Amino acid sequence: MAIAKNDTDPARLTQKAIDALGGMRRFVSRGDVVVVKPNIGWDRTPAHAANTNPIVVAEVVRQAYDAGAKHVVVTDASCNEPNRCFQRSGIWKAAYDVGAEIIIPGEHRFRSMRLKGEVLDEWPVFTPLVNADKVINVPVAKHHNLAVFTAAMKNWYGLLGGRRNRLHQKIDVSIADLATFLQPTLTVVDAVRVLMRNGPQGGNIADAKDLFTVVASTDQVAADALTCTFIGKTADEIPYIKMGHERGLGTMRWQDLSVVEV
Amino acid sequence: MVAAVRTRLAKVFAGSKRPGSGIPARNVIRVLVWARRFAQVGFLAIFLYFLFETGFRGSFAAEGERIRVSGPVEAFLLADPFVGAMTLLSTHTVYRGIAWSVAVVGLTLLFGRVFCGWICPFGTLHHFFGWIFPSRYLKGGRRVEQNKTHPVRQRVKYYLMIAFLGAAATGSAIGGLLDPICVAIRAIGLGVIPATQYVAGRANDAAAATGIQAVQQTGDKAQDFLASTVWQSKQFYFHQTWFIVTLLVAILFLNRFVPRFWCRVLCPLGAFLGVIAKYALFGMEKDHAKCTDCNLCLVHCQGADSPQGGVKWRQDECHMCMNCESACPEDVIKFRFLPGRTSTIGVPDLARRTVVASAAAGAVAIPATRIADVIDANYDHRVIRPPGSVEEREFLERCIRCAECMKVCPNNALHPAWFESGIEGLWTPILIARIGYCEHSCVLCGEVCPTGAIQKITEEQKLGINQKPISIGTAFFDQGRCLPWSMGTPCIVCEEFCPTSPKAIWAEELEVPKRSATPGENGAEPPMEAVKVKRPHVDPALCIGCGACEKVCPIQDKPAVYVTSVGETRSKTNVILLENTSYTQS
Ligand code: SF4
Ligand code: SF4
Ligand code: SF4
Repeated sequence: MAIAKNDTDPARLTQKAIDALGGMRRFVSRGDVVVVKPNIGWDRTPAHAANTNPIVVAEVVRQAYDAGAKHVVVTDASCNEPNRCFQRSGIWKAAYDVGAEIIIPGEHRFRSMRLKGEVLDEWPVFTPLVNADKVINVPVAKHHNLAVFTAAMKNWYGLLGGRRNRLHQKIDVSIADLATFLQPTLTVVDAVRVLMRNGPQGGNIADAKDLFTVVASTDQVAADALTCTFIGKTADEIPYIKMGHERGLGTMRWQDLSVVEV
Repeated sequence: MVAAVRTRLAKVFAGSKRPGSGIPARNVIRVLVWARRFAQVGFLAIFLYFLFETGFRGSFAAEGERIRVSGPVEAFLLADPFVGAMTLLSTHTVYRGIAWSVAVVGLTLLFGRVFCGWICPFGTLHHFFGWIFPSRYLKGGRRVEQNKTHPVRQRVKYYLMIAFLGAAATGSAIGGLLDPICVAIRAIGLGVIPATQYVAGRANDAAAATGIQAVQQTGDKAQDFLASTVWQSKQFYFHQTWFIVTLLVAILFLNRFVPRFWCRVLCPLGAFLGVIAKYALFGMEKDHAKCTDCNLCLVHCQGADSPQGGVKWRQDECHMCMNCESACPEDVIKFRFLPGRTSTIGVPDLARRTVVASAAAGAVAIPATRIADVIDANYDHRVIRPPGSVEEREFLERCIRCAECMKVCPNNALHPAWFESGIEGLWTPILIARIGYCEHSCVLCGEVCPTGAIQKITEEQKLGINQKPISIGTAFFDQGRCLPWSMGTPCIVCEEFCPTSPKAIWAEELEVPKRSATPGENGAEPPMEAVKVKRPHVDPALCIGCGACEKVCPIQDKPAVYVTSVGETRSKTNVILLENTSYTQS
């Protein structure tokens, strides 16, 4: 796991974090179809910090191409109206400018699939995320009123279509189910600007705070366990992180891992 | 050179041998007839393009945090003089772009109803259906018979127009119900397009079900293309739109029996232009003596305006399609500037009493609908107007039911009212949150509203940045159906989606008893458990009535949180709180 700080340029932070893990070539092979999955959930601008920082997303795309990817797709199944989310988050343009294909989550992109989870059995799944050689998760770290804090594991909500509003009744188990189903090649958590309250969508610029940090990890559970400390929480307070740990998806004891700080 | 081109064109247009004396039509007329056909196709294409663009699709190129429509998508409405006249009478003002309709009035003063024959997209549709669709009842002599002027039925449109203007004078732009541009946008935008999308969606399902990757990918590509050009990325639904579609189908179907039935009999805009057309400088002159009663002009006539020899030409009914002169083999008909007026009737032959009665009927209709209990008393809680709407009375003075706002709404939140706001409110926009909520920073409906029924607001006004935000209603919880309130089950999806900051929905965390789902030992009563839930509450001072909570509530059939119109910013009477707590945000 790598933490990049001490810089104010989101692109450089991203680059440093990925380099500290051995560079993008470790994760992406020549000719791969790569899906980059940011959080593009809300019709908010970057200053509100409800979506992933567009510069971080663009940098990940650029690096994937540099590492030899054949095709890079950027997509998410948004909560608000997707066209607005993609545009106002700044991600549409940023990713397009570096050559990514942007897929708007139209209804026809969802197909029913078995997820074999504890609560998630059969659901409409967003097909671009499952039709890829490599998936890179690029979530944003932020406060969440029900799940306490969310970053990597919760970002897989963007895998689902249908009436996902029912999932809140067992939010922690469903997050763990999703993280079991989709284990990414690499996770890059954007904590450049972090929503400290009123999550997950914020709405007031004063709700967010600049932290200028990017974390890269191959362990999504550890990534969540580390980044939740940014809003003053610990992994023990967050049930889905514990479940991920118990299911063996990763470790919540991130301190035990070698954490490179750059 | 010019002569060479002329003979060329003459050859192209000469076609088959002409009957009768076989005198060919003037070249200028042949050119004009073709120019008219191109204009009709072109304007219909522009109209449809604007309609397809009435919505929001993001763009890779756009930086924009401020989202606007791609161009003047409501242009046809702005150019509609009947809309201009109605809103002028009802509000005594001219709203922004509506001044454009003066250009169409000017055009009519020069050339007569060229708008009907050359420009109107709805007219073109009728022209087209009248051409390809005639039944066996509408061939030869029968067609000629139908294309003769039928004064009684053709007068109806004038009475309708007058009644609608009367209604406008007493404060209601209800005439939009029958304005052709409004009808076309409403019926195609809310009916034909979503229905086509629905069919395409089912076709794509079938493609997906084949399980063949190449087929699936082609299907997806086609859907992506259509979603980014014709419709949006999700299926849209519109409240009771079947009625709107049925009326469209019926009115198009009538072309089987009477060509351009709509334009001749019903269209209030056509009537309005007809009244002006009598002053037109361009018109028809006939040489009655040459007419052999071959009736070829009548076979092709669009307006049923008596082009044939022996009778007077009805200038107010003529669409200026020029088919008659082009068809006439005997050199009877001539279109020209400042024609002799002896064989022309310019004014509709209306019975003065009926005119007065129509105006009075229109004017009386409005008070009659208003004493029904829908506006002043017993205001219906479902009449949630779009953000930026003016106060209800003024709203009804302005709203022409054109459905631009419903078409543009990216969330499918706005719908044509059925009888929620009384008979007068038919097809005015209401928000149905269960189908779509109002997106927090969107201002598109005000952007496209041609009459100012929804004002053009900025994001700052809507969100309430350094001012009070615009509220369209207030949310209420139905505690008996809410999961944390009555079933000991965690949820608060509503709170997650509530877009204000601080959130208008707040939750108190508490431990509640819940019966275990499995029975105790030996079939005993299931044991009790204690579970932690967050119970949601609404803060009416913060709620803007967007309906996001109602939309996402997982109680599928009848949500446990719902929005009603009370507390809307635009009303001084439809309120709850004594004083509104003011808050600002950045
Ligand atoms: S109702 Fe709301 S979401 Fe719909 S167009 Fe108007 S402002 Fe936009
Ligand atoms: S409120 Fe809607 S239907 Fe009424 S005039 Fe405006 S855009 Fe047209
Ligand atoms: S309607 Fe619901 S989601 Fe919208 S502001 Fe009110 S409480 Fe929040």
